[in-house]
Amino acid sequence: MTLTLILLPAVAAAVAAAIRSDRLRRALLVATAGAHAALTAACWIRPPACAPEAWLGFDAAGRLFLGIASLLFLAVAVYAAHRLSIESHGRQAEEDTGSIFVNAPEAVHTACLLAFLATMTLVAASRHLGVLWVAVEATTLATAPLIYFHRQPRSLEATWKYLLVCSVGIALALLGNFLLVVASAAPDGTGGTLVVRELVAQGAELRTPWLKAAFVFLLVGYGTKMGLAPMHTWLPDAHSEAPSPVSALLSGALLNCAFLGILRAHSICSAAGLGGFSGNLLAGFGLLSMGIAAAFLVNQADYKRLLAYSSVEHMGLLALGAGLGGVALYGALLHAVNHSLVKAALFMVAGNLLAAYRTKQVARTRGALRLLPVSGALWLAGLLAITGMPPFGTFASEFTMLRAAFAPGREWMAVVALLALAVAFAGMARTFLSMALGPVSDEFEPAGRREHRAAFGPALALLAASLWLGLWIPNGLNGLLGHAARLLGGDAP
Amino acid sequence: MQSGTGSLLIFLILTDLLLLGSSRLRNAIRIAAAQGVALGLLPWLAHGHLTGSALLLGAGSAALKGVVFPALLNRALREIHVRREIEPLIGYIPSLLIGTGVLAAAFAFGARLPLPWESPSPLLVPAGLFTLWTGLFLIMARGKAITQVLGYIVMENGIFALGMAVVEAMPLLVELGVLLDVFVAVFVMGILVFHINREFDHIDADQLDALKEGAP
Amino acid sequence: MKLASWLHPILAVALAPLLPVLIQRVKALFAGRCGPPWGQGYRDLWKLLRKGGTYSRTTTWVFRAGPIVQFACLLVALLVVPAGGLSAPVAFDGDWILLAYVLGLGRFFTVSAALDTGSSFEGMGASREVQFAVFTEPALLIGLAALARETQSLSLSPIYAELATGWELPLRILLGAGFFILYLAENCRIPVDDPNTHLELTMIHEVMVLDHGAVDFGFIQWGSALKLWVLGALWAGLLPLGTLPGPLTRLAAGAGGILALAVLTGIVESVTARVRLLRVPQLLVGAGVLCTLGLLLTIR
Repeated sequence: MTLTLILLPAVAAAVAAAIRSDRLRRALLVATAGAHAALTAACWIRPPACAPEAWLGFDAAGRLFLGIASLLFLAVAVYAAHRLSIESHGRQAEEDTGSIFVNAPEAVHTACLLAFLATMTLVAASRHLGVLWVAVEATTLATAPLIYFHRQPRSLEATWKYLLVCSVGIALALLGNFLLVVASAAPDGTGGTLVVRELVAQGAELRTPWLKAAFVFLLVGYGTKMGLAPMHTWLPDAHSEAPSPVSALLSGALLNCAFLGILRAHSICSAAGLGGFSGNLLAGFGLLSMGIAAAFLVNQADYKRLLAYSSVEHMGLLALGAGLGGVALYGALLHAVNHSLVKAALFMVAGNLLAAYRTKQVARTRGALRLLPVSGALWLAGLLAITGMPPFGTFASEFTMLRAAFAPGREWMAVVALLALAVAFAGMARTFLSMALGPVSDEFEPAGRREHRAAFGPALALLAASLWLGLWIPNGLNGLLGHAARLLGGDAP
Repeated sequence: MQSGTGSLLIFLILTDLLLLGSSRLRNAIRIAAAQGVALGLLPWLAHGHLTGSALLLGAGSAALKGVVFPALLNRALREIHVRREIEPLIGYIPSLLIGTGVLAAAFAFGARLPLPWESPSPLLVPAGLFTLWTGLFLIMARGKAITQVLGYIVMENGIFALGMAVVEAMPLLVELGVLLDVFVAVFVMGILVFHINREFDHIDADQLDALKEGAP
Repeated sequence: MKLASWLHPILAVALAPLLPVLIQRVKALFAGRCGPPWGQGYRDLWKLLRKGGTYSRTTTWVFRAGPIVQFACLLVALLVVPAGGLSAPVAFDGDWILLAYVLGLGRFFTVSAALDTGSSFEGMGASREVQFAVFTEPALLIGLAALARETQSLSLSPIYAELATGWELPLRILLGAGFFILYLAENCRIPVDDPNTHLELTMIHEVMVLDHGAVDFGFIQWGSALKLWVLGALWAGLLPLGTLPGPLTRLAAGAGGILALAVLTGIVESVTARVRLLRVPQLLVGAGVLCTLGLLLTIR
């Protein structure tokens, strides 16, 4: 089961690279995504047994993140197949910069998308930190060509920064792994391990200074990939320059994968009695990310960059929740689900806006509700969801985390977080509203143009899912979240 | 074996210093290749006996870093007609001076964090750390994209050297996965260098600044 | 023993004029020429020391003092530098610092004398000399400190006596390379400076002494030969010679090492080109880094 989940998209990627027909390849993309989602659902309903010392296998946390990745990939695959069918194949001009570009070959793009799914599945399945490292680096390598789909200087610049910054960051995480081996080895230097379960079982026997050093390196390494400030510099560039389906996956699924790496390290620290140390570090990075992102959200002139900074902010929130521990960790996991659903939907809607207006400038995007009624409405609904308004699921998860933050002695954290959220709300609301409302400029086609179902369907579905999670969390999901939270050293409400 | 490992690690430190002071890219590639080959010997020298996994790992790493990477980078150099780093962000003499300071810091750090067991050489941790930091410094202080790739390779070398302390604890399969990842990373970076050269007519990564906050 | 230790300075003063000739003969060999006769150095000195001097009216006593002080400083330096495990006539804790400062004092007076002429040309040479000294002097001190640290003694004679027997190969290689670069730089050899290219804008040492003549110039020539000897002795002491029996053997071994270094210098001068002036500091910083690494290795 586990291997099938990993190998299915990998094989499909190889096939996609070989197929000549574009239509067939798009069908393969959607079919693979569907099959993967079905397998994942089966895996949720009846978790496959796995040996405790196995390197691969889905524990509760792995299943949770696998579910997010798989569901998102299905939605994005439908959307991407549609987008690829309407992409022009010749030379086209970027209106914002005036540069002429062509697209990367579609076969490469689709193959990389499928390989990306395979590597994300491997991340979720890794119970060995070495395998986890290999998988996270592999996600970087699979996504780099995806960002450089529109072959123009700006996306090349974004790809270069992404590849270099993330590779360097993740190399530091490798060092963290080595330090962890030292922390766990017997006095004669043998018997070090990287299997998460064994490390957790060793608990307080781990060497404290080495474990601390290992956690710092792992946090900085995977934190780079997760987009925690101040290592977030690549993120706004990559997420704004990538084609919209890819942005949706990067923000919604990939950031979570890195988060899972940090959570694994944190759970080892908690088991060793260093939960306070690692938790404080996480909370500190989280608050810093929230503050920096909020500052950049105000008056942001590029709406895809706006969404990217919003991702930084939400990653900060996740880190804060994980750092606070206890019930807040449950809240963080729930928020990871909600944020993924909403952010992926928003990026897909942004793709529709970009296709219609041919610009990413907020100032030149007016009257989306008139020009694209469905996408415009989804854009506004997305605003409510991403800023944590009830009745969306984000409200429930943010509320859970903040309530935990209002414990004696750390109220200031809650206050800082609330302040950042308020600034983010003000900044985003102003931008979103100015884009959705107002008259449509004459250069665009008259209002009321019909939108393709595949263009808004996936976003609608994801937003609806988030709304549903806000009203009622299914028992199965609740149980899984609680199980995962306890596995990672937290608690369920 | 002790003095062999020691000499090898001193060689590693010296090559780092040479890299900090060399402006010719071809030379720098050669130095990094020598470093890679030397590191391939490290598992064998450090542990005194030749296990199958150490042999495979050492040979694979030496072949990759001593042959494949230099060939890749030299090919890139030929295609893009760049011979030397003309205006580094930090000059060569300041680089060397900073390098000396960093070296002292690496020794100080190595003394603070002694391995809990008998290390193959007391130089292992300082030399590995210094190589790691040299790579990071090259990435930050040099403008050319290709030098940044080189810096990444050097950084990886440093981590490899540090990993020698724990090589027996890392499963071979994972090590091979790591090597594969590094290979693909360098490969993809090499391709991007080509593209940067074609799109911009230069490979100065420090001039890639269209995406700054507030840029038009 | 006490008496034997005086043999080295005397021998050095006597044999030093041979060193530049030796280097020139090695270079001539590479170039397919015969080179100067072995006695050329002595003949030049004899000629210069008999001449009457001419002094510009714009110069002061500083100009006249330069060569003498430089020569005297090198004589003092010879008193503390051991050779081949034979201890020096004067040895006390911290004499390696005296050595560095005596060399510095000599340089100061040479530079002052060059500036005293008021010629911009000599001023240029003086400025370069000082600029390079900024890099070489710390490197020398750090290198000597590494030796002191390694051997746990503070005086040059015991340091080198210890070194002749110990067997710390990496340290020897590092410091040997560092000291060799310092030797080339301090003695104005290729690749730092070219002693043969008179009146070129790129030279350093020769340009500073252009206005000196006769006896003064004779002392300058003799002084630079002595400098080759002193720094050569510092380098040759790094060779693992082992403890040799008898002062004469030691003396011979030390002198042999110094002559071998001169041959090596001739080879280096024949096969390398002078580096660009802008790159010289990089080379010197390299020497400093080598010495620093040596020091770090001793204190780990």
